[in-house]
Amino acid sequence: MRYAMAIDTRKCVGCSDCVVACQTENNVPIGYCRDWVTETVDGSYPNVEIELRSERCNHCDNSPCVRCCPTGASHIVEGGVVLVTPHKCIGCGACIESCPYDARYSHPEGYVDKCTFCNHRITKGEKPACVAVCPTKCMYFGDLDDPNSEISNALKNRKHKVLAPEAGTNPHIFYLV
Amino acid sequence: MKTRRDFIKISAMGTVGAALSGTMLSMARGNASTADPNLAHDGFARLKRTPTYCEICFWMCAGWAYTDENGKIVKITGNENDPHCNGRLCPRGTGGVGMYSDSDRLKKPLIRVTDGDKQTFREASWEEALDLVAGKMKEIKEKYGPESFALFNHGSAGHHLGYLLQAYGSTNIVAPSYAQCRGPREVGFQATFGSGVGSPEPTDIRDTNCLVLIGSHLGENMHNSQVQEMSDAIDKGVTIITVDPRFSTVASKSKFWLPIKPATDLALLLAWINVIITEKLYDRDYVEKYTTGLDQLAKHVENMTPEWAYGITTIKPDLIRKSARAMAEAAPSVIIHPGRHVTWYGDDTQRSRAMAILNGLLGSWGRRGGFYFKESKSIPEHPHPPFPKPAWSWKETLNGKYPLAGLAVSNALIDASIPSPENTHQIKAWLVAGTNLPLTMPQKDTLLKAMQSIEFMAVVDTMPMEITGYADVILPECTYLERYDELRASPNREPFIALRMPAAEPVGDTKPAWWISKQLGERLGLGAYFDYEDFSEVIDWQLKQVGSSLEEMQKIGVKKFERKSGPLYLADGADYTFHTSSGKIEFYSTELAAAGFDPMPVYTPHPEPPESFYRLNYGRAPMHTFSRTANNPNLHDLKKENDVWINPKVAKLWGIKAGQYIWLKNQDGVISDFPVMVRVTERIRWDSVYMVHGFGHTDKKLSRAYGRGASDSDLITKVQIDPIMGGTGMRGNFVTFLTEDPQKEAKS
Amino acid sequence: MKEELFISGREIPNIDPYLHIWHWQIPIYLFLGGLAAGILFFAGLYTILGKEKEMQATVKWAPFIVPFALVLGLFMLFLDLKHKLYFWQLYTTIRLESPMGWGAWVLMIITPISLVWCASYIREVFPKWDWKFEFLRKFELWVIDNRKIVAWPMVIYAVILGIYTGILLSAFNARPLWNTAILGPLFLVSGMSTGVATIMWISKSHEERKILGRIDLLLIAIELFFITHMIMGALAGSQVMIQAAQLFLGGEFTVSFWAFVIVLGLIFPAILEILELYGYKIPIAITSFLILLGGLIFRFIMVEAGQLTRYLY
Ligand SMILES: Nc1nc2c(c(=O)[nH]1)N[C@H]1C(S)=C(S)[C@@H](COP(=O)(O)OP(=O)(O)OC[C@H]3O[C@@H](n4cnc5c(=O)[nH]c(N)nc54)[C@H](O)[C@@H]3O)O[C@H]1N2
Ligand SMILES: Nc1nc2c(c(=O)[nH]1)N[C@H]1C(S)=C(S)[C@@H](COP(=O)(O)OP(=O)(O)OC[C@H]3O[C@@H](n4cnc5c(=O)[nH]c(N)nc54)[C@H](O)[C@@H]3O)O[C@H]1N2
Ligand code: SF4
Ligand code: SF4
Ligand code: SF4
Ligand code: SF4
Ligand code: SF4
Ligand SMILES: [Mo]
Repeated sequence: MRYAMAIDTRKCVGCSDCVVACQTENNVPIGYCRDWVTETVDGSYPNVEIELRSERCNHCDNSPCVRCCPTGASHIVEGGVVLVTPHKCIGCGACIESCPYDARYSHPEGYVDKCTFCNHRITKGEKPACVAVCPTKCMYFGDLDDPNSEISNALKNRKHKVLAPEAGTNPHIFYLV
Repeated sequence: MKTRRDFIKISAMGTVGAALSGTMLSMARGNASTADPNLAHDGFARLKRTPTYCEICFWMCAGWAYTDENGKIVKITGNENDPHCNGRLCPRGTGGVGMYSDSDRLKKPLIRVTDGDKQTFREASWEEALDLVAGKMKEIKEKYGPESFALFNHGSAGHHLGYLLQAYGSTNIVAPSYAQCRGPREVGFQATFGSGVGSPEPTDIRDTNCLVLIGSHLGENMHNSQVQEMSDAIDKGVTIITVDPRFSTVASKSKFWLPIKPATDLALLLAWINVIITEKLYDRDYVEKYTTGLDQLAKHVENMTPEWAYGITTIKPDLIRKSARAMAEAAPSVIIHPGRHVTWYGDDTQRSRAMAILNGLLGSWGRRGGFYFKESKSIPEHPHPPFPKPAWSWKETLNGKYPLAGLAVSNALIDASIPSPENTHQIKAWLVAGTNLPLTMPQKDTLLKAMQSIEFMAVVDTMPMEITGYADVILPECTYLERYDELRASPNREPFIALRMPAAEPVGDTKPAWWISKQLGERLGLGAYFDYEDFSEVIDWQLKQVGSSLEEMQKIGVKKFERKSGPLYLADGADYTFHTSSGKIEFYSTELAAAGFDPMPVYTPHPEPPESFYRLNYGRAPMHTFSRTANNPNLHDLKKENDVWINPKVAKLWGIKAGQYIWLKNQDGVISDFPVMVRVTERIRWDSVYMVHGFGHTDKKLSRAYGRGASDSDLITKVQIDPIMGGTGMRGNFVTFLTEDPQKEAKS
Repeated sequence: MKEELFISGREIPNIDPYLHIWHWQIPIYLFLGGLAAGILFFAGLYTILGKEKEMQATVKWAPFIVPFALVLGLFMLFLDLKHKLYFWQLYTTIRLESPMGWGAWVLMIITPISLVWCASYIREVFPKWDWKFEFLRKFELWVIDNRKIVAWPMVIYAVILGIYTGILLSAFNARPLWNTAILGPLFLVSGMSTGVATIMWISKSHEERKILGRIDLLLIAIELFFITHMIMGALAGSQVMIQAAQLFLGGEFTVSFWAFVIVLGLIFPAILEILELYGYKIPIAITSFLILLGGLIFRFIMVEAGQLTRYLY
């Protein structure tokens, strides 16, 4: 099983619902976030284009954050989900330095936190909170190994890209373009 | 009222319902079994869910508020069965938790006191505050009659207080959602189809093939199911045509973006009509069967060619033709969206008329993928003694102006509050509930003058917003998450109702508006109108009348009913009588003609920005609602202030850099209270600037929002009033930039 | 015009707009580690070469600084941890892939070695010292007899420690500035240079200082070569790598890097050392101090600047 997410930049409106939903679902302290939204504007008026992207930990196949963790607090579980165990984390910051996506942050309580792919939900067969809330339904989540999953279909039918492929991390978040 | 210690004791005893508010205890005990569908687990805590509907905007999405074991609300999600949200709230609804948890909330009644020459507020008991308000209401009634007491409201609190006011004898009840918002389109569509648009708009977006958005910035305007359906339509390959001088979010998703010169939409619409008629692209059967006035219309637009419009709108004739043909190709599955905040340039009813006419020509009204015939569940009124008949109403305050106004006109009631020889009917006191007038109304000067003129003003609010600063008495309401309110029974494809009930104990000494109204009513000798202990009794009674019950609704939150009014769309060739005087869709409006207005829309030019000034354009950010969410901790986290969008060419001319703070000064010399950050972006034209409405709060008690960003309302000192219905056109204001602190200049 | 922005208001402390997770403690930790590695390396080396007599400061005196440097360094690392109470978790797992992890283990091994080394010299340095227990006394005698056996692992671990101080950064590909294999050798050489500078400062023997001065000149030359290599390499890399290099070529760190690290920390001391070789009397404190300061600033700059560089946005 390999969980992944695909986000349709053609449908995303940049509303940031995915960010608030994550905050309230996962008790992310105010002032921090596990996901965020970027906007890229290109061209010149009136020939303009924008791309909106909801971003988070990429649950990289080749995850430097897990490799560099001295205690094993950062680890990979079933489905390729990269997690942090707070009571094993010493807050050394190595994983934060190692992530090309700046997807991790230092929780005010000292340990490192980041997107969990809502592991507590997906293990129950629910969708991650951000996916479940997105008003434009532009986020797809599922198992890459299952050819009929929502995610496999989304990737089959559309052109897609990942962020910073040159970092060599093999991200599991795809952007449909 | 329970203290916190109380329910910790109970939860130690292991009662599931322990964390619930007093009113919920009985219900929770009834179904505290593990089979309770309202008990959910998540990764962190055992959560209990309670049905509610959202109050952060007026889409009123139904959802579930989740409380943790301490009875604190931790998250809100959408109700799967609700067609307003389909289980997905918008960012503001999801962030509704912050309305409840905001530490700056009003927590005690406050009374204005004069201490020497300084005025302050002091805390008071509810008893004292209510006595004072009731006493003033009695006094005003005796001195001037009850009609001179007006209610400014927006949202749920208004229903309860409006009920009180009618029992008291006044129908001067007004909301900014008419003359500052959707009034013109209601009148324009009413005049054309014999039916207004209403809320939610009956636009069949999910099945449309072509969506035409004229300054309607869906995706930034987060009216939930519209955005959802638009996204579904994008999946199905819808053609979106966006007319907007700014590269809005939805413009980026459109097949045709028409970067129109601001204030010229009517010319474009007339040219589109011209193309549709001259190229015979209209729905002939439909037009023949259901409409009148095609000939007059054809003659009227004869010379309004795309070439003519090009000179006005700067949109190339070719693009006008192509987009018109795209609409016609999709017809009748096409929506010329009526928009919502449409009080732009003072000829807004006529612009809405043109949009309605275009829909009529394309045959989209009553058609799949166009406008469906909405239906709502009618909820019987809880029995009460008849309301007294007021001697006069808001209509009289118009002094014969705005003949087609269908609802009270806020700006007219404000004018009627300022003593003047023209006023035949004078407003003397205000109750304000759920509307932050200083940031909502244009022409702040007039508003201030009115507030200084009236004898008394009480404000019911949840937050120390600007309006509370002008009150004599502030009555703190609890948030929507802590109270019962009226059942939601808005129209939709099928009739649905939704329940709002308290999910948590009210914070501090706050009370629901129904309770405030009842308390005031009893003090005014109107007890007979409030024949219940708790508002839940009213709801239960109403629910029983429609075949449900409070108990059932507490479990499901939302209930669907069968349609009774007939099919969703016009059947092919079916007879149908429209509620216009001709019984048909009127291209030529007999009603407007009779009232002395142009029976068909006419383009008139609007003022242009003077040298080195730029048109002030404003709109919504998806994560905020007006001024009400700027201090919401969750939503503030997403966007702390508004910025002013400036085209790179203009920025270069002024030597202004992205991220720099500047002040804005308008054509009348009004300067923004606070500096605003510059966003240099290609998304805006060189003749205008753009900012999100709702920022620039001046009340220091708003610890997060105070001083952040600039208020567009302050800069809207000039309005073009729509002569047909009294709406305040607000987009004719122009600003220039100050790069130095104007305070400093003044000091030196 | 191209615009890139966060529209969900991301402003995470110490992450946005620039990463600043590692503060002053880490460069000091790296500096002390490098310095310790330098001293132990040469102490071990000259012991193995049998030159204890000529190189007294190198093998005997300077190593006494090492345990303090290592413990202080570890304390610096501890200070930088955000979840301090869980510090012990570092020693519940061996994760060789994690530089932070094996760094902690290397310190765990080299610190006792350095203590043993010092213990074997302690009675030469403090003649009044008395081991309270007989077995300690016996152990001391064994070490004194077998210093070469101890010196070998000490040299090896010193090299590992020195390289580690660079690898700790270069392991993080995510920071384009650090994304180069040269950092390991560069930090090793730089650490050795600071070690040598310390020994020179302590040494009373003119001969020893002369030998060390030559070594240091060589180290400085290698260091300059590596730094050039690092910058040229980055300039030949992708866009983000070029941007990283530009931090030193006109960017934020240009002055501090060229003035303090290259000129005052490397070239100027090298000139002083050359003059010394030609018989000029140069107060050794100046040369050593400049090298040490240059080494410290170099680590500060590398840690700070590295965190400024990123892949996205
Ligand atoms: N400049 C400018 N003016 C505008 C607009 C614009 O875009 N620009 N938009 C116009 C439009 S379209 C509209 S609809 C109006 C909206 O106008 P308003 O509805 O007045 O807008 P808000 O600024 O959100 O003010 C809401 C007030 O209600 C309070 N409130 C929130 N929840 C509750 C509650 O549960 N109970 C009580 N008692 N009070 C509550 C808030 O604290 C706040 O004081 O503004 C209009 N005015
Ligand atoms: N997130 C969020 N959503 C909301 C609300 C909110 O507060 N926050 N409020 C709700 C309410 S009550 C309302 S009324 C609606 C309002 O939402 P809409 O009806 O969609 O908004 P408007 O304010 O009329 O339109 C704003 C757009 O009009 C464009 N515009 C400006 N001038 C012109 C012009 O001359 N011609 C044309 N064609 N376009 C122009 C602006 O660039 C901007 O993109 O939003 C609703 N939805
Ligand atoms: S919730 Fe969906 S539409 Fe909104 S920003 Fe996130 S991904 Fe985009
Ligand atoms: S995105 Fe960053 S935190 Fe997430 S797995 Fe990849 S490297 Fe680790
Ligand atoms: S901060 Fe925590 S999770 Fe990250 S590398 Fe250090 S111990 Fe591992
Ligand atoms: S998957 Fe869950 S944890 Fe990750 S961003 Fe979405 S809501 Fe947050
Ligand atoms: S659209 Fe958003 S803010 Fe409005 S009622 Fe629905 S969830 Fe609440
Ligand atoms: Mo509105």
